Amino acid sequence: MKPGRIKPALLAILLAVSLSAQARDAAPQAALPSTDDPVIEQRLVNLAEDLRCLVCQNESLAGSRAALAEDLRREIRTQMMAGKNDREVVAYLTERYGDFVLYRPPFKPVTWLLWLGPVLFLGIGGGAWYLTLRRRRDVQAVPLDEKKRAAAAQLLEEK
Amino acid sequence: MKRWLPLVLFLVLVGFFAKGLFLNPREVPSPFIGRTAPAFTLPVVGNAGAPFSPADMKGKIWMLNIWAPWCVSCRQEHGFLMQLAQSGRIPIVGLNWKDADREAQALLARTGSPYVAVPDDLDGRVGIDYGVTGTPETYIIDRQGIVRLKHVGPIGPDVWQTKFEPTLKELGA
Repeated sequence: MKPGRIKPALLAILLAVSLSAQARDAAPQAALPSTDDPVIEQRLVNLAEDLRCLVCQNESLAGSRAALAEDLRREIRTQMMAGKNDREVVAYLTERYGDFVLYRPPFKPVTWLLWLGPVLFLGIGGGAWYLTLRRRRDVQAVPLDEKKRAAAAQLLEEK
Repeated sequence: MKRWLPLVLFLVLVGFFAKGLFLNPREVPSPFIGRTAPAFTLPVVGNAGAPFSPADMKGKIWMLNIWAPWCVSCRQEHGFLMQLAQSGRIPIVGLNWKDADREAQALLARTGSPYVAVPDDLDGRVGIDYGVTGTPETYIIDRQGIVRLKHVGPIGPDVWQTKFEPTLKELGA
């Protein structure tokens, strides 16, 4: 790619990224009927973004229009207005729906492989890389005798 | 050996993906198995004077079926539940989830009711307490009021034989 061509491409990418970011922010607010308290509404949106809608499983609880999601938001809102903190609300949900409602699985023995897997694979890959490099360093260049040198020269000549 | 390593790794990956492909994403493990069934008191469809509570079933092994008049797959299992109720194998309580008393009453009058009681969970709060994500869902609750089994989706003869009967036998029913 020529240097002059990079700028429009970069701009396009930046535009796409900023547009998608806006779309992500706008969706949940549209789906949430608001109460009088903007602080609670903001907390609700923030929390529900990280929670899974149990009906349409790839949507967050904040963005979903499923009836159950609406009920759960109402429940969360009620609990927040009753003075419960985010952790207590999340505990309320996991008690009923399991860790499956959380988009960020907690760090515990069952999920150790999930969280530490990338580090493990990085270690394995890094180790393999190091070994390969070391082996390559140890390889001695084989000196060519006259015959091989002539053959090489002839091959180069043919090209 | 070294030449085969990529192929072996590839096959291991394929194995994992194949397993994942055949898992049912709706089959969310219920945190209630082995725990006491959440308590509630709800009015009963067609009889507002007599509320229902799980405590009423203490000493019995019973089935809690979460259904709704608007639920299509509940109609699908309705015939089997009727058979089950007639056989007297297990008492079935049908929690009417998020629909009006009147609707449930009309439907049951038309199709017959397999239920010994139909508590009415109009706002869906009890459903949330049980971790319900949709209808139908069915629980087996033992004599001590502990949840022993959760099934998501309609029940038919096959599911009954492979999933419910073994649990009931284990409980000595």
